[in-house]
Amino acid sequence: MAETGESKKEETDYKRLHSFPLIRHTDMPEEMRVETMELCVTACEKFATNNESAAKMIKESMDKKFGSSWHVVIGEGFGFEVTHEVKNLLYMFFGGSLAVCVWKCS
Amino acid sequence: MPVPQKAGTVRSKQGSNAHSQSKAPAVKNSKIYSKKKDDEDWTELGDGGDEWTQGKTLLKPPDQLDLSEAELKEEFTRILTANNPHAPQNIVRYSFKERSYKPISSVDQLAVHFVLEGNLLHKDSDEARRQRAKQGLQEEKPAEASVAETEDKPDGPADVAEDAGDAEEGAGDERPDSVDVKPGIKERKLTNQFNFSERASQTLNNPLRERGCQTEPPPRATFSATANQWEIYDAYVEELQKQEKNKEKQKALLSKKEEDKGKKKTTMVENPSDDITKVAKVSKIVERMVTQNTYDDIAQDFKYFEDASDEFQEQEGTLLPLWRFQYDKAKRLSVTALCWNQKYKDLFGVGLGSYDFTKQGRGMLLFYSLKNSTYPEFIFPTLSGVMCLDIHKQLSYLMAVGFYDGCVAVYNLKDDGPQPVYKSTAKTGKHTDPVWQVKWQEDDIDNNHNFFSVSSDGRVVSWTLVKNELVFTDIIKLSIEGPINEGQEGMQLPAMACGTSFDFHKQTDYLFLVGTEEGKIHKCSKFYSSQLLETYVAHNMAVDAVKWNHFHPKVFISCSSDWTVKIWDHTIKSPMFTFDLNAAVGDVAWSPYSSTVFAAVTTDGKVHVYDLSVNKYEAICQQAVVAKKKTRLTHIEFNPVYPIIIVGDDRGYVTSLKLSPNLRKKPKEKKGQELPKGPEVEVAKMEKLLCLLREPESTSND
Repeated sequence: MAETGESKKEETDYKRLHSFPLIRHTDMPEEMRVETMELCVTACEKFATNNESAAKMIKESMDKKFGSSWHVVIGEGFGFEVTHEVKNLLYMFFGGSLAVCVWKCS
Repeated sequence: MPVPQKAGTVRSKQGSNAHSQSKAPAVKNSKIYSKKKDDEDWTELGDGGDEWTQGKTLLKPPDQLDLSEAELKEEFTRILTANNPHAPQNIVRYSFKERSYKPISSVDQLAVHFVLEGNLLHKDSDEARRQRAKQGLQEEKPAEASVAETEDKPDGPADVAEDAGDAEEGAGDERPDSVDVKPGIKERKLTNQFNFSERASQTLNNPLRERGCQTEPPPRATFSATANQWEIYDAYVEELQKQEKNKEKQKALLSKKEEDKGKKKTTMVENPSDDITKVAKVSKIVERMVTQNTYDDIAQDFKYFEDASDEFQEQEGTLLPLWRFQYDKAKRLSVTALCWNQKYKDLFGVGLGSYDFTKQGRGMLLFYSLKNSTYPEFIFPTLSGVMCLDIHKQLSYLMAVGFYDGCVAVYNLKDDGPQPVYKSTAKTGKHTDPVWQVKWQEDDIDNNHNFFSVSSDGRVVSWTLVKNELVFTDIIKLSIEGPINEGQEGMQLPAMACGTSFDFHKQTDYLFLVGTEEGKIHKCSKFYSSQLLETYVAHNMAVDAVKWNHFHPKVFISCSSDWTVKIWDHTIKSPMFTFDLNAAVGDVAWSPYSSTVFAAVTTDGKVHVYDLSVNKYEAICQQAVVAKKKTRLTHIEFNPVYPIIIVGDDRGYVTSLKLSPNLRKKPKEKKGQELPKGPEVEVAKMEKLLCLLREPESTSND
């Protein structure tokens, strides 16, 4: 009993501790990176249950801001190999279990 | 006047053409004969030429009726009616109702003389409208052409086009509300040729040219990764750990640079171009492997070689040269300090500077490891020559350094930078003369680290590391005892003695010895700042080193440039042993494993090892360890664990030597004696020796 209680506590703690956005790999310039990261965080928080809508929102905003055409993948378990335009890739974690990959390639 | 009548009469005549056909031409002729000249519409109705020749005689055609004159004068009234003379007056039609022929009452009197199918349409009829829609422009052009002719324009077609354009626009503007406005309908602007004059011209249009260009596409790169729950978790855990470390760092060192570094790390940007630092650790290991493979035989000797010849040489031993440590940039400097690291037994520090008063330049602080003899592990260049060095016993990354210019500094090996963590300046009480020795002490009451330094300016100073500063306290000021110069008007200025070395007692911490340039050794206490406990007249020249015995609490050794090494009991004013080494002695050191073994180095490049329990008068080993005879050995240190010594010389080389078994003799242990008793055995050994000496000494002193 105590163990499950502890593990639950650990889980919530871990989620709380680990929900900050963590950029794993990027080659974007500074302002672009910050903007994109904020956009991803906003989108994921807004559409917490629906990855597709979140991805849609991110993709459309990126297309408007930085030109076509962007691709966005959001998920909890996937592997990928993509070709992207140099200086237009962002790969980050968020929310303890979500991974977001945003890249541009027309 | 006569014209309209003529026309009318001609027509009536024509109506009764069948009757009076013959008369008409005659009448016509006469009429024609007298027509007026300005009436140009008349068409010629016959020949005019024959009438002249005929005159006025009346010709009667042959078939004309011959009537009497009375009958000729008879008037016939003719009534013009609208009746068609050709129309039948008695048309009868069959009526099926009455089954008989019935006469029609009214007969159609209309006589059609001429029928021509026309193609005119009323302009508002449907067909007309339809046609207008289709043929709007075509109708306009003929209309325009006619207008152009009447208006007498010099530029025909261009103006027509211009007019057409203007008119179109005008038409378009004027009839915007018309529902059925067809694109071709124009209403002509009512312009008269007096107020309006239209001008138009055509500019030169440059010829068109096609140009094409293809840009290089933006560069692309591939990237691949896997996003799993465990990867995410690991990344977060790592990030949190890094953040915690950064927080600690920030608390410890409050410099701006540290904060910037911390900020950079928290943004978690991995720079893929930063490859060299990742390889640093690996390359270090590989370097060591390569070095050890190259010098494999030395490493084997270090570990396992025991000089077999020692069995045959009863008392004497040898020194086996092992690695030789040298650094290119330190070639011109002499080794001025050596110190082993207590924690990492293979790491030792070398201070480099110059003993020559005239040749002072920069200095260096190097740290070598036995595992890598080709290159120093740490390098700290310094502005002034390093004169002494001490590594803290517990915190083995802290070292205290004394410089030729009188400064002391504390270096932290954990720091990356070449700068010392603390450095004394003129304001903070640095020495005015070279610092000859520094030694770490126990942490004081406030848990601050502190160390002592002795210098030629005669001060023994204690330095405490308080936060970011070095706080100094003068412990003792050495003064020369004995006859003081009276050269200056009878005033007796106490001259300062110059301290050249010191050592703290191993057990009683407050007790320490200071050797001076005058050749005296003073015994002092930390608590008495003005008084010296004892003074020993030791040597004729400067005391280069003074060292307490590691085991025996009363014994210390001193060496000097007057070629002698002396062993003392601090309770007795005269030395117990004196050894003459035939050359100026640079340094002397007790061995850590035996209370009776010590080694000394001389300026003729020799190392002398003595074991008092074996031979009280002579060295059991005297060996030259440097190739060139001119190099002088400056320092010597025993490794606390391994049976090796390191020797520094004035060319910047450090040579390591292994002690042969004879040099490391421990008293034969009887079975049952255990190691913890080691120190005591050593003490007892020394005591025995001293006892032998003391009694005759005391008797001789008497």
